[in-house]
Amino acid sequence: MEKRFMAIWFRHLMTDWLTLKQPELKEIPFVFATLDRNRIVITAANPVAEAQGVHCGMAAADAKAITTDLRILDHIPGKEAKLLRQLGLWCIRYTPIVMVDLPNGLILDISGCAHLWGGERGYLKEIVNKLRSSGYDARAAVADTIGTAWAVARFGKKTPLVEPGMQAQALLSLPPAALRLEPLILEKLQKLGFSIIRSFIQIPRTVLRRRFGEGFLLRLAQALGLEGEILVPLIPPVPYTERLPCLEPVRTKKAIEIAIQKLLETMCLRLQNEGKGIRKAILKCYRIDGKMVQAGISTNRGSHSVSHLVELFELQISKIEPALGIELFLLEAPKVEAIDLIQEKLWDEKPGLQDTALAELLDKLAGKVGANAIHRYLPAEHNWPERSIKQAASLMETPVTRWRTDRPRPVRLLRRPEAIEVMALLPDYPPKVFTYKGRRHIVEKADGPERIEREWWLDQGEHRDYYAVEDADGQRYWLFRSGHYDAAPQWYLHGYFA
Amino acid sequence: MANTKNDIISQLQKDILQWEGYRPPPAGKRKLVGLGPVEAAFPNGVFPLGTVHELVCANTEQAAACGGFVSGVLSILMQNGGACLWISLSGNLFPGALKAFGMEPDRVIFVNLTRDKEVLWVMEEALKCAGLAAVIGEMREIDFKQSRRLQLAVEQSRVTGFVLRNRSDKMGSTACAARWKIKPLPSEPVDGLPGLGFPRWQVELLRVRNGQPGNWIMEWSEGKFRPVEKELPEQQKQMAG
Repeated sequence: MEKRFMAIWFRHLMTDWLTLKQPELKEIPFVFATLDRNRIVITAANPVAEAQGVHCGMAAADAKAITTDLRILDHIPGKEAKLLRQLGLWCIRYTPIVMVDLPNGLILDISGCAHLWGGERGYLKEIVNKLRSSGYDARAAVADTIGTAWAVARFGKKTPLVEPGMQAQALLSLPPAALRLEPLILEKLQKLGFSIIRSFIQIPRTVLRRRFGEGFLLRLAQALGLEGEILVPLIPPVPYTERLPCLEPVRTKKAIEIAIQKLLETMCLRLQNEGKGIRKAILKCYRIDGKMVQAGISTNRGSHSVSHLVELFELQISKIEPALGIELFLLEAPKVEAIDLIQEKLWDEKPGLQDTALAELLDKLAGKVGANAIHRYLPAEHNWPERSIKQAASLMETPVTRWRTDRPRPVRLLRRPEAIEVMALLPDYPPKVFTYKGRRHIVEKADGPERIEREWWLDQGEHRDYYAVEDADGQRYWLFRSGHYDAAPQWYLHGYFA
Repeated sequence: MANTKNDIISQLQKDILQWEGYRPPPAGKRKLVGLGPVEAAFPNGVFPLGTVHELVCANTEQAAACGGFVSGVLSILMQNGGACLWISLSGNLFPGALKAFGMEPDRVIFVNLTRDKEVLWVMEEALKCAGLAAVIGEMREIDFKQSRRLQLAVEQSRVTGFVLRNRSDKMGSTACAARWKIKPLPSEPVDGLPGLGFPRWQVELLRVRNGQPGNWIMEWSEGKFRPVEKELPEQQKQMAG
């Protein structure tokens, strides 16, 4: 399909915005100015100021001389980008692909959109009128290329609609500044007397290249449509998207379930054909009150199994509030991954972590209790007990080192060691009696000490001397003394042996 | 005549067992979990897999002992590469220690939760997943209805479940196949050396469906359970029959 682009130019973006906020400024000349090389330079002027001869790039002092009651405001860095982004998001109702064109424009890819508003004329009129009535002085133009649309929006004197293939004709009478050139090249062109594009468009390219460089030729070619131009959309389109509009707004659980089922069926069919699986999916529900509610799922492993994904979404349905009714469902899969199609095994005894059913179970659990409640541990090469295990990043990760069994370790290890009262017969002897939570335990047997040094490159503090002890009832504990045996050593209980 | 009556009764008992889901193991394919004499207490003399076991732990010391005991059993269940899910309330289980009981800690998926309700939901979902070797759930208490739900879940999937109960003051009946109590016992010095010996437990089977409750002393040494023959007090001897 032929591409068509629309360029929108906001002539007084910043000042329009401020006038909207403070309507009393409408009649007063005011400008935004910023410090530039020891001069205060005007960055934006409102129409009143412009009518009196103030323009951008002028020194504020000069402007003040022309217009005595000029109000000078501080330029707000980054404000344009923010404003344009908001305007661009608003424009998404007209086309899904909108690009912000700093400092004062928007580019819309309107291919195949205009007929919905009765042709390009009606489309353009609709957008410009809406923008103007909301207070922004906008000019727009439509052309086959971004360059020509940009040029006509800003410099065009005749119709804003450039017929397909007529870029060159539209550009002929425009000044060279319409080609989005750098100031240095513009100055050069002006010196050489090229005041309109017609005067140099016929000159051989080699000559132009020698004088003005490659960048100049690129801009010219882009405006004429000989070179492509990349459009960076404000909201990148999600490649895997399914829509389901509803004839009547729906608000029951069952209806939402059916919608999810239908959306997933079409999406999974497509994914299956491409050998891909969903890792993350978002269901967006557009309600008739203009709000959007969404629910998301994620999986441990790419999946295109409809039944599994439906199950995951079913856990989330309670989070979707239909209010007056949902009129459009949109299912997006922002994260997909290639999955190996595995042949079903005829005889599998006990599959381990690679089992699909297990991955599906964990997805489901993560949807209900949260993914951060689920852990798997691998051995880590640290002696410090708290650091001797680390969390596995994925189900596939296998231990790089072996689990150590050469030292006794308790089955239950307290998160934080708890202080105990201890009586030891001799320094560096295991305790004879210890009191924990008000209970006295008489130690019958003990092993140790096992000294574990702190890893000084990770943290500071005392080393620990661990003892495995057994009390008279046969209960086994892991105790340690923090630091050396000096005046008042502190003892802790850190774990329980089986 | 009396003989035939006995035969009929024993045959009927066998049938009932079968109807209840206890199939006698096919000859030569007896799956043992290495519990030795304890297994004899179960119907057909087989440790029932594919059911839910209930372990009562009154305090953290007993919970640690249960952890060790279950790990020992799991080491057999997970022998052929299976994975298991350990749902924990306290979150203080130390994976590094489980290796000592013969299981691969990296094949255990831990789920740390705070509420009994969540534990039960997760456990039920996990028990339905036939890909797991076992599911262990720690909870405060469980009532008959809840345990029945778990039992129904395992009947389809044949996964073995272990429920570790913290609260032992109220113990109503449950649908679990067996109720255990594991208490730590003083260890015996090894070869007369000072220090701690092998972990030793008092293994009590408080309740077994269609089996004989009993009381044993077990030790974990050299990677397997070892029953300890000890002079039991007279009263317990009678109980054990």
